[in-house]
Amino acid sequence: MSTSALTEIIERYRGKPGSLIPALQKAQAQMGYLSGETLEQISKGLGIPFSRVFGVATFYSQFYLSPRGKHTIKVCVGTACHVRGAGAALQALEEKLGVKAGNPTEDLSFQLETVACLGTCFLAPAIMIDKDYYGEQTPKTVGKILKKYIGGGADAGTPDPEE
Amino acid sequence: MNEINFFIDGREAEASDGMTILEAAQANGVDIPHLCHAEYLQPTGACRLCVVEVEGQRALMPSCAVKVSPDMKVSTGTERVVRARKMVLELLLSAHPKDCMTCDMAGKCLLQKYCYEYGVSDTRFKGGAIYNYPEHRDNPFYVRDYNKCILCGRCVNACAEIQGDFIIDFAHRGFATMISTPLNRNMKDSGCVFCGNCVAACPTGALRERDAAGVAREWELNKVSTTCPYCGCGCQLDLNVKDGKVVKVTSNPSAPVNGVALCSKGRFGYGFIHSPERLTVPLVREDGELKPATWKKALDFAARRLCDIQGESGADSIAGLASARCTNEENYLFQKFMRAVIGTNNVDHCARLCHASTVAGLAISFGSGAMTNTIADISQADVILITGSNTTETHPIIALQVKKAARRGAKIIVVEPRRIQLCDIAEIHLCQKSGSDVAWINGFINVIISEGLHDASFIENRTEGFEEMKAAVKKYTPEYVENITGIPADALRAAARVYATAEKAAILYSMGITQHTSGTNNVMSVANLAMLTGNIGKPGTGVNPLRGQNNVQGSCDMGALPNVFSGYQQVSNPDARKKFSAAWKAELPESSGLTATEMMRAAIKGDIKAMYIMGENPMVSDPDTGHVRKALEKLDLLIVQDIFITETAKLADVVLPAVCFAEKDGTFTNTERRVQRVRAAVAAPGDSKQDWRIIGELAMRFGYRMDYESPERIMEEIASLTPSYGGVDYERIDREAVHWPCPSKSHPGTPILHIGAFTRGKGKFAAVEFSGPDEVPDADYPMTLITGRILYHYHTGTMTRRSRPLDEHVPQAFFQINPEDARSLNIADGQFCDVTSRRGAISIAAAISDAVPEGSIFIPFHFAEAAANALTNSALDPIAKIPELKVCAARVSPKEDAQRMLKY
Repeated sequence: MSTSALTEIIERYRGKPGSLIPALQKAQAQMGYLSGETLEQISKGLGIPFSRVFGVATFYSQFYLSPRGKHTIKVCVGTACHVRGAGAALQALEEKLGVKAGNPTEDLSFQLETVACLGTCFLAPAIMIDKDYYGEQTPKTVGKILKKYIGGGADAGTPDPEE
Repeated sequence: MNEINFFIDGREAEASDGMTILEAAQANGVDIPHLCHAEYLQPTGACRLCVVEVEGQRALMPSCAVKVSPDMKVSTGTERVVRARKMVLELLLSAHPKDCMTCDMAGKCLLQKYCYEYGVSDTRFKGGAIYNYPEHRDNPFYVRDYNKCILCGRCVNACAEIQGDFIIDFAHRGFATMISTPLNRNMKDSGCVFCGNCVAACPTGALRERDAAGVAREWELNKVSTTCPYCGCGCQLDLNVKDGKVVKVTSNPSAPVNGVALCSKGRFGYGFIHSPERLTVPLVREDGELKPATWKKALDFAARRLCDIQGESGADSIAGLASARCTNEENYLFQKFMRAVIGTNNVDHCARLCHASTVAGLAISFGSGAMTNTIADISQADVILITGSNTTETHPIIALQVKKAARRGAKIIVVEPRRIQLCDIAEIHLCQKSGSDVAWINGFINVIISEGLHDASFIENRTEGFEEMKAAVKKYTPEYVENITGIPADALRAAARVYATAEKAAILYSMGITQHTSGTNNVMSVANLAMLTGNIGKPGTGVNPLRGQNNVQGSCDMGALPNVFSGYQQVSNPDARKKFSAAWKAELPESSGLTATEMMRAAIKGDIKAMYIMGENPMVSDPDTGHVRKALEKLDLLIVQDIFITETAKLADVVLPAVCFAEKDGTFTNTERRVQRVRAAVAAPGDSKQDWRIIGELAMRFGYRMDYESPERIMEEIASLTPSYGGVDYERIDREAVHWPCPSKSHPGTPILHIGAFTRGKGKFAAVEFSGPDEVPDADYPMTLITGRILYHYHTGTMTRRSRPLDEHVPQAFFQINPEDARSLNIADGQFCDVTSRRGAISIAAAISDAVPEGSIFIPFHFAEAAANALTNSALDPIAKIPELKVCAARVSPKEDAQRMLKY
């Protein structure tokens, strides 16, 4: 992240109680993840011990401490999706992307994750890529959808959690 | 505090309002088990082991976090409570290794204790995650084994609340939760200072002292409470002894000065006690070599030679250096020996090198030269002005009070040439040129007077000499001061206002103020500033010189100084002389003796022919060590009494093996004038002898009886002759804190000096003019050399460098140099350089650091092989005769061939 963007975020929250989480969210929204350096700068900037910043950043699942793939694929493995064949769809995605769930692809174009429920059981098995839902997925359909995103087909990055 | 009534387990009980249920139960003799809670930490209510039933409350209440209230009905041992506690223990056991049989903490582990008490031997929660974390051995001090961690958070809170450093915290979540440094870095890179207070707080075996691994079970240890042998804070610690060996040091929450807190030296610096290099037999020089001898031979030889020299050249050709490391009793006896037996006032000790200017300056200003307030009192201040003291490194436990005050909202002003760690929490850091202290203090005073911020009624009622002082500071306008000190005028004004407008402002200073040719003037300036604002004689204020060594205060109090008997009774005062003469049954010399610094010069001139040095190492600690060597080599007789063959002992004719703090009884007086016990924990090695017995046996050979039964008897004599120690006895200081002056058994002691009146009556303002250091940088020697201490070593390193963790952590000498200077001189980090002054040269590794300003370098003086004092200037303050150890001119040149890495 550019230093000035981070400085701006720090300036916005400096001295305000309870501002660590929003500051971390903004910083992550800018860069996609929170590097050690970013955390240290936020710690210094907000005057919060680095150990505490690290503790908060590692406590919440919304914060990422390592680089993420550009497009986040969330494969629902909740009950309904599981029953309707989410496992096969997930396996197909893992094979096509060459990563296990929970990891970014080598070229950092995709981040493959599983989630417990997307709240769209009527679309089971469902996946979500960035902000878009895709229902009734099979090993075949996931491949087609991926193509949309390869080579910058869809431009949405990691969403800003405050939006 | 109001008393309230409540009910515990069916009976009526009393508690103070504000107590937690746990505290109230303890006050009534009911123990409630607890893991996350420690009485010295804020309650967190995390472990839920301390739950109790409170009538009318649906849920069980964590007793450590809930306050007791009137008529509350508390049940601590109902079936429901016991069931809940067993559940907590079983849950903890589900992820805890069951290796009590090999765990060092067995017998001390609270989890083990409560499992035993509640009959919990196994867990019903099987198949959960069993951790398999690697054991962290990333530092020489302690091991972190998070497999044994129960996540109580005590270490986190100890680091934050006691040490104030926030190095560790909870990280991750759920089963993966663990205590971690930021980014899981190693401890050193995370900024840990290895105080080990987290280790002390850990209730299980997750944090353990490395050197105590596999050495002893808890029940095999005999704990002896004593006073730390390092700095002047005077911490109490427990020596843990097994089979006659100190195997561990632990801290005790009930310790009066430090509580559970210790620093890395106090907790991990005990290895020297059993060093194989300890002296075990006397040595006498024969054919140019020091050879083992019997006590009889060594003492006979020493006494005969002393006697000969006394006869041939007079008593004043003999001089003695007592020791700030030895006890009050030994120092008292040493000066008694020099005065009553030898017949000279040539007795001094290393206070000459650290706070002679304090003793002289504050005696002039206030009438007594010691810390005016107590250590605990510092945390009550609203503003703390720290100058010439790198407190976190030199007085770590006092620094905790400063940090505590800052967390409470007190403003910290640091005036230091270097960017010290306390600058991180300081409101203002003024960076003055080395040796310009009178100028900036006069500048403060100028601002305060011109803005009308002085305390006119205090000045009127309590002081004298104000007008003269006012006239003297008139020209020290902030702009004028900026020219001398480099402190921007506006920053000086701002700082002066912060200090002057505080309700309670304390000043802490140390050798950055005292070790100058203007040392006494510096001290009197500091006193001026405090009196000007009425910041003296009340809590949270004062002028607080932080004394450097464990018993440097006591050694001064005991009269190990050339001009005074014990209790600062002047040798020139006929009444005092008469009193001591009668008690000691000896004629006593009238004129003041030579100071330590003057002794060396007199030795070179041939006026001093014999020296008796007890527990000091002037070959490393004194300025211009080349000059010291010349002096000591010139002597006809050098007697050294020490625990190691120090650089000084190597030059001796007779070396007398003495014992260390862990092997002796006595007292030390800490920097806040508190007299505390030292207790023998282990036997002395080999034939080494108690210092007081050695002095006594020497005296005996002069036909002078000094056959005390014990140090306690010596203290009785001290109390009878020393008004300020009149009320001190061993039984009493075991029971309560005694700060001198304490003239009688019924006197409560004096934690705060100068309440109502100064010791000398009225406080004396001194009109003080700035004068620069004796030696300033020039074309040949363009850098300013600052010397000082670091946290991990002490004085000349004889003890800390023989204590494994400290030595391993900082194994070699280094000098700090600013990155800009390093760049222009083409010096890489870790590169060996020649540092040269007009007096000597050393080869030493560079540590590039922006803690030192451009144009200055800093060298710690602990390392004999690269002794900073080979370079320092022995120019003296004209009043206190303290040398200017803090400033001299030096040159740095990188060595081409030696590009070795710095280990620290």
